[in-house]
Amino acid sequence: MSIIRYRTPELPTWSPFDRLSSLRDLLDSAFQLASSAPESTSGWVPALDVFEDENNITVQVELAGMKKEDFDISLQDDVLTISGERKSESEKREGESFRSERSFGAFSRSITLPSPVKAEEVKATYEDGVLTVTLPKAEEAKPKKIQVNLN
Amino acid sequence: MSTLATSKTGGEVGQRVEYFTPRVDLHQDADGYTLEVEMPGVNKQGVEIAVEDGKLILGGHRPLAGEFGQSVHRERKVGEYRRVFDLDPSIDATKISARVEQGLLTVHLPKAEAVKPRKITVG
Repeated sequence: MSIIRYRTPELPTWSPFDRLSSLRDLLDSAFQLASSAPESTSGWVPALDVFEDENNITVQVELAGMKKEDFDISLQDDVLTISGERKSESEKREGESFRSERSFGAFSRSITLPSPVKAEEVKATYEDGVLTVTLPKAEEAKPKKIQVNLN
Repeated sequence: MSTLATSKTGGEVGQRVEYFTPRVDLHQDADGYTLEVEMPGVNKQGVEIAVEDGKLILGGHRPLAGEFGQSVHRERKVGEYRRVFDLDPSIDATKISARVEQGLLTVHLPKAEAVKPRKITVG
């Protein structure tokens, strides 16, 4: 029985600084500054990014091949929690699964937000496998210009 | 194989492009193979599939990240997806089909009819 043979892709070109940045990533993930440790029995940790500008905090999570109904977004105090379950379709298939690299099962990521937000104005979209949560900052959290008058 | 990379990214000489490998699940049944390639952020326009010299070349291009301000925490990788597979000769390359949905590319690679197991009735 012949199978598809795998070829690893050609090595990508690396700049001399790549090693440094990946070491930093390792340290960041060890400290988990912005997010708490995920609680997931399956060990699946979807990757996420957090951004902040004057008006919003934006969180993006990589969740390919899911449906909107499969995840849950909740906000409590300053903690945003995104959780859900990605189900495998293997049961539907006949024939054996050769190779499985993708993660399935339940996941949960909690993020302590860097600023307070207006909970009732939080929006989320799910497009091309990326969940984007936009959290408008509470007014008192926005930077304000203070005019100083000189006498 | 490099023709896929240069034509898609249109890089000038000396421009560095970083590739990373998407996760793939592979299934097989009597009719052929099915690949599920995880490429979050890639839509139909960003997918490239080519067959060249008995190899299946998969590429995924994501549009530039939106302007969301300063990054507070980064885990997602930045770059282009790319993965190459050697094709089993029993695959009928002219019948390869693919679709992409929510960042998941599903490629179906049917085996050529003559190769499929057949029961032969004795007259």
